[in-house]
Amino acid sequence: MAVLDIRGLSVGYSTPRGELRALRDVSMMVPEGKIVGIVGESGCGKSTLISAIIRLMAPNARVGAGEVRFQGRDLLAETEAQMRALRGTQISMVFQDPMQTHNPVLTVGRQMMDIQYRERLSRAEKRQRAERMLALVGIPDPEARLNQYPFEFSGGMRQRIAIAMALMAKPALLIADEPTTALDATLEVEIIKRLRELQDEIGCGVLFISHHLGVIAELCDEVVVMYAGEVVETGSVRDVFHAPAHPYTRALLECDPGHIKVKTRVLPTIPGNIPDLVNLPGGCIFADRCERRHAACAARPAMALAGDGQRAACHLITERETA
Amino acid sequence: MTDASLPKPRSELGEILYHLVRDPLGLAGLIIVLAILASAVLAPWIAPYDPIALNVPDRLQGPSAAHLMGTDQLGRDTFSRVIWGGRVALQVALPTIGGAIFFGLLLGMIAGYGPRWLDNLIVLLFDTIRSFPTVMFALAVVALVGPSLNTVILVIMVTSIPTYGRVVRTLTQSLKEAEFITAEKSLGASTPRIMAVHLLPNVLGPLAVLAAMDIPTVVGLEAGLSFLGMGVKPPTPSWGSLLNDGYNLIRNTPWLIIAGGIPLILTTVGFTFLGEALRDVVDPKLRGKGGK
Ligand SMILES: Nc1ncnc2c1ncn2[C@@H]1O[C@H](COP(=O)(O)OP(=O)(O)OP(=O)(O)O)[C@@H](O)[C@H]1O
Ligand code: SF4
Ligand SMILES: [Mg+2]
Repeated sequence: MAVLDIRGLSVGYSTPRGELRALRDVSMMVPEGKIVGIVGESGCGKSTLISAIIRLMAPNARVGAGEVRFQGRDLLAETEAQMRALRGTQISMVFQDPMQTHNPVLTVGRQMMDIQYRERLSRAEKRQRAERMLALVGIPDPEARLNQYPFEFSGGMRQRIAIAMALMAKPALLIADEPTTALDATLEVEIIKRLRELQDEIGCGVLFISHHLGVIAELCDEVVVMYAGEVVETGSVRDVFHAPAHPYTRALLECDPGHIKVKTRVLPTIPGNIPDLVNLPGGCIFADRCERRHAACAARPAMALAGDGQRAACHLITERETA
Repeated sequence: MTDASLPKPRSELGEILYHLVRDPLGLAGLIIVLAILASAVLAPWIAPYDPIALNVPDRLQGPSAAHLMGTDQLGRDTFSRVIWGGRVALQVALPTIGGAIFFGLLLGMIAGYGPRWLDNLIVLLFDTIRSFPTVMFALAVVALVGPSLNTVILVIMVTSIPTYGRVVRTLTQSLKEAEFITAEKSLGASTPRIMAVHLLPNVLGPLAVLAAMDIPTVVGLEAGLSFLGMGVKPPTPSWGSLLNDGYNLIRNTPWLIIAGGIPLILTTVGFTFLGEALRDVVDPKLRGKGGK
């Protein structure tokens, strides 16, 4: 069964120009104990998707349609109190900028103990748990470190602390929004390795967002490729990266000179611009930039099976079968 | 970074004190403030005479062994009146600042965190209060209900609330957008929890600095109102009424003005030093980084 199963999710933002349709009919899932990566250009709706999952959306956001099923329950139908009970226990999150994710005036120990407020444990036990978690994410001398303030840690250390806090309650789903983008390459590798180990141990599902194809290739089991608010391709990392079915995925991989072996820091750029999400063009969302555009592309393509478990939203797939 | 010489974990308050006394400015401020507090608390034991006991034959004396700061026009011992006057000053300043902090925190956090319409309402309230000059407002209230210590406390408190409230509101507004607040929410923190555990400690430091700097103002205001005869009623010793007597009797003796002025200056200097030093110490990031 899937820990997370998103079906037909649409989210819009009300803006002075009209409704900005940030997500349209997005479906994807995170199988139990698997790591699923999401890639896509800036602005394709990755953060919007996450905010809809944990229901911490911007005030001007509105869910148009869809379901976010977490272990079978539709999160969009839960009350705020039920959501709060899930956050930090069943679903946890790690953010992009480790320099901003801790309260600057509280010691790390204080913060780590505070998030255990739901547990019926003594202060000493909470402290011990915090200490154990810090050791687990690879922070040396955790006992003394608990008394330090966030500014006394480097960026990489702070991200480890954030991961320790997120995994403290052994959640079923960990969501990470570009957790390594702000770190340099060697630290990134370290954190990724540690994350993989921890995930293995806890057995949680992970939804991992990154601009970095190399990291996705290394860390993830499955990948979801998003473009301008839609999912254009999903499948196992091996299939999608070796035999991309959607022209957008192909363009991404082709622009990447050493393919995924050379670790580019940012997602390669392909010519053209993403469409205006307030005034959407009809037909295939990628048509403007697609080299293989043809007559059929005036209609929106549905997700179609392109291989074993690999799906993509492109007319070429269905045409190839029928041809 | 971490080594065996790492200081033992201290409480937050201990940490602040530890760094405060290592800053010469902070130490000086702390000593002056503690001296003022001690003399106010211990007034009945320290003051050599009853501050309101008349002794007309000995009136308007200069300093002597019997009367350290001389006597006033009714022969009351000025030194004893200065000590007791400190008590009155703090009796006004502490509840005033305490109340202003409490309501400032409450209203400021609600305005900063709550919905837009509530914010507008509270800001309107602050602006309304602030549009009256404090002294005019005080005079109007005193004219209505008559002079008393409680009136002074109430008036100064109410007019101080916007100062605290605005600082809290601004801090809260910038903090609520901070990523660590979203991060805390994503780990399951409720709104009251975010306010109490995460916003409050971030707001308290700057507020303590503001309060320390504000105490001299409040003490001065009390003195000013008493000087004008609108504050503490006559036999009660107050630095303001000492100044007033000194002003009227300037041709007879300079000692009353000096006696009333020195504690005001000391209070201002002491609390300002303390406030300045606190500013560097309440922020853990600035703590222990080569004090002045
Ligand atoms: N609060 C908001 N109001 C209006 N538009 C928004 C809001 N938040 C995001 N958007 C828009 O929604 C679209 C999707 O944004 P989102 O932040 O989800 O993208 P992203 O994939 O996370 O990008 P990045 O890689 O830069 O983080 C963008 O066009 C963005 O401009
Ligand atoms: S549907 Fe047409 S335009 Fe869209 S990606 Fe496929 S070929 Fe390109
Ligand atoms: Mg984003």
